[in-house]
Amino acid sequence: MAENQEIRSKIHVENMNFFYGSVQALFDINIELPEKKVTAFIGPSGCGKSTFLRTLNRMNDIIDGTRLEGKVLIDGGDIYGPITDVVELRRKVGMIFQKSNPFPKSIFDNIAYGPRLHGVKDKGKLMEIVESCLVKSALWDEVKDRLDKSAMSLSGGQQQRLCIARALAINPDIVLMDEPASALDPKSTLKIEDLIGELRKDYTIIIVTHNMQQAGRVSDNTAFFYEGRLIEYGATEQIFTKPNEKQTEDYITGRFG
Amino acid sequence: MTGKRRSEKFAFWLMRSITYVVVIFIAYIIFKILINGLPVISWNFLFSEPEKSGAEGGILPAILGTLYLVIGTILVALPLGMFSAIYLTEYAKQSKFTQTIRMAIVTLAGVPSIVFGLFGLGLFVITLDFGASIIAGSLTLACMILPTIIVASEESLKAVPKYMREGSLALGATKWETIYKNVLPYALPGMMTGSILGIGRAAGETAPILLTAAAFFLPELPSSVFDQVMALPYHLYILATQHPEAQKILPMQYGTALVLLLLVVGLNLFAVIIRIRVRRKYKW
Ligand SMILES: Nc1ncnc2c1ncn2[C@@H]1O[C@H](COP(=O)(O)OP(=O)(O)OP(=O)(O)O)[C@@H](O)[C@H]1O
Ligand SMILES: [Mg+2]
Repeated sequence: MAENQEIRSKIHVENMNFFYGSVQALFDINIELPEKKVTAFIGPSGCGKSTFLRTLNRMNDIIDGTRLEGKVLIDGGDIYGPITDVVELRRKVGMIFQKSNPFPKSIFDNIAYGPRLHGVKDKGKLMEIVESCLVKSALWDEVKDRLDKSAMSLSGGQQQRLCIARALAINPDIVLMDEPASALDPKSTLKIEDLIGELRKDYTIIIVTHNMQQAGRVSDNTAFFYEGRLIEYGATEQIFTKPNEKQTEDYITGRFG
Repeated sequence: MTGKRRSEKFAFWLMRSITYVVVIFIAYIIFKILINGLPVISWNFLFSEPEKSGAEGGILPAILGTLYLVIGTILVALPLGMFSAIYLTEYAKQSKFTQTIRMAIVTLAGVPSIVFGLFGLGLFVITLDFGASIIAGSLTLACMILPTIIVASEESLKAVPKYMREGSLALGATKWETIYKNVLPYALPGMMTGSILGIGRAAGETAPILLTAAAFFLPELPSSVFDQVMALPYHLYILATQHPEAQKILPMQYGTALVLLLLVVGLNLFAVIIRIRVRRKYKW
């Protein structure tokens, strides 16, 4: 309990509804996500996990006709407020996509893409950032001799870690991961999970996953979504051992979804 | 099963034959122009002025005229077409309005070139009072190939995968930064090749410049964009159909045709080379 009180809330979502055109995808979401913890979002396909994740860095804005009601606060600031700068927000909230999406540029240029956008021009400084991010994403040893080679020449698992390094290069507080390991083999998956274990010290991480074991292994808290609603949210251990809701139990025991 | 096989074989055979027929036709035309045109081509033919209404002398003013028109067309149509395409694919919301614009562009692509000629005559030559001139001709040709450039540019912008945009936006790039740094570099080669093909077509057109730029016989070279010029396709048209001694000056016609052909093929080749080079550079 004493430990719990030190935990700061990083993201605060209040009465949030989300619409794709006239179709509502999220219903009255209320959740509090703690700083420097790993929160897993689980739930059957189509329940709105990705949609919710994408409301947190306003990536849904780029889809025509989307609309959000309610409040999403990060560090107390309303990210949908009139003075919010979306570009600033996305610097603070990095995102890793389900399908790794390196740009068809060199490994170096991939990671330097963000810092360059934000005004870092000095080659030495860029090199420093590239190295430290590759070290953090546990890719440095594998690619240090070929930073000028195309990122497309990397394996799937390496590409995904490159994308993580690229996201870290803009120095975010929060890292959103949408099924980051779903396209990877068990070995690469394990590497990503280890990596998340490392990153949790410095970043607030939210990870969407279909893999129950993975949620159990990497997360502190777990949120279960069903048909656009947040059904249950709590410590991962509690969710997996004694869930309060019948639907949660059915889902994690594999009775549906 | 065998029936299916047989009809598939037949379909292949048919398609192959049709391809051959087309290729044979083109080869024949090119061959004929080469055989008859090559002997005419000389330093004198390329770099001197025509004499006796084009029956003798060279075709320098027509070559230069076409080059000026092409350059003018590029300067107007390329930026206009590319920015329209960027607006339509990247910025405009899908709405009735943009659908109407798209429809208009497609329709425009199908308008006969003489109609563009008349339009250019009405707008650029008369209303804006440019007179028959390089600038009026270039603007008319630009209008004509604008749809080609827009459609080609839109296609190549759309060919850049969505994740390239999302990935960039998620790193805190603005929309324009994303387009400029992560979309255009990959779309540009396609935009260029599509546009060059369109420009190649413009170089060979007669009807649009007939009323807006081309002079029947004008041995002096132009000194400003408001001057009339000779142009290869129009010169060829004159030599072949309007000249009093059309039959006697066949070699001149072939020579002109060959130069025009080389110019257009050269432009297309240039487009192909760009495409190959850039394909090698960017792969995804
Ligand atoms: N761009 C879109 N336009 C319209 N509806 C969408 C769009 N994206 C998602 N939806 C709808 O919103 C709902 C939630 O989708 P979402 O992608 O958030 O689900 P998810 O939980 O991430 O599923 P999965 O586990 O399969 O990735 C679904 O019903 C989906 O059809
Ligand atoms: Mg999803």
